[in-house]
Amino acid sequence: MTRKLSPLERTLINRLQDDLPLVPHPFQELAQELGLSEEELAGHIRTLRDDGLLTRFGPFFDAEALGGAFCLCAIAVPPERFEDVLTKVNAYPEVAHNYERDHKLNMWFVLATESQAAISATAEAIERDTGLPVLLFPKEREFFIGFRVNA
Amino acid sequence: MTLTPQDRTIIEATQAGLPLVTRPFAVVAESLGLSEAELIDRLKQLKAQGVIRRIGAAPNHYRLGMTANGMTVWDVDDAVVDSLGEKVGALPFVTHCYRRPRALPDWPYNLFAMVHGETREEVIAKRAEISSLLGKACRAGDILFSTRILKKTGMRLRGKEG
Repeated sequence: MTRKLSPLERTLINRLQDDLPLVPHPFQELAQELGLSEEELAGHIRTLRDDGLLTRFGPFFDAEALGGAFCLCAIAVPPERFEDVLTKVNAYPEVAHNYERDHKLNMWFVLATESQAAISATAEAIERDTGLPVLLFPKEREFFIGFRVNA
Repeated sequence: MTLTPQDRTIIEATQAGLPLVTRPFAVVAESLGLSEAELIDRLKQLKAQGVIRRIGAAPNHYRLGMTANGMTVWDVDDAVVDSLGEKVGALPFVTHCYRRPRALPDWPYNLFAMVHGETREEVIAKRAEISSLLGKACRAGDILFSTRILKKTGMRLRGKEG
């Protein structure tokens, strides 16, 4: 899965998590600092993306500012019904991602819909489909994140 | 917040990523029938409005060896959960930090902090740091490791369908 990163690639992964300037040549400053041409720098980023070490490069949008509604949800699925319930839940296009976790509440997914009303409607539909209660954990407040991956 | 039809076009054209060339905005602008300067101005406005958080790379945690991820959850005194949430979010290993409603009696936790690491042991050690930061304001906590990704799709703007 993981491949060995060159020192330059490590530097790039770390630095590219910073905000790049909105200017015609966004890579110019970083390229100069690293002693590369802009074309070389863009090429290295392409390689990192094509090798799957970066999932994407571009603007990060605030999902809610885009006008959608989102809600973290959880279900306590009886283990023997897990695959059946999973098929039903994942069939909803509103389920954006879904993780199995090691807890009585063992299925955690995010609903992404156009409106807040559609969140409740989708959660109720999943309850009817599965016969299981869906707990809703809407975001009440988001705290600023200082996180960076240190490659 | 209202987005103009042009904003939506710009978002749809860039949400999968920018072309990795020396002048990415010029390439996107041309495909949209805008000038490079017009596109950059509009992107600057979207950033000022908070619609764009930053321009940069999203590292793939898993491919970089950070395969353990634990959702740490905490029952924190309501009077101090926001000030402590700010501190937890600022920890360098916390990737998301939210206050959410409790679901009593099953779920007493109101603060969620996602922690990534190379091993479960590393995530558990980081969780202990959060625990000591929260101190006595925290009544209980738990950690839920993800054991399987069941579905993962990009969250995309669905303006065209809606």
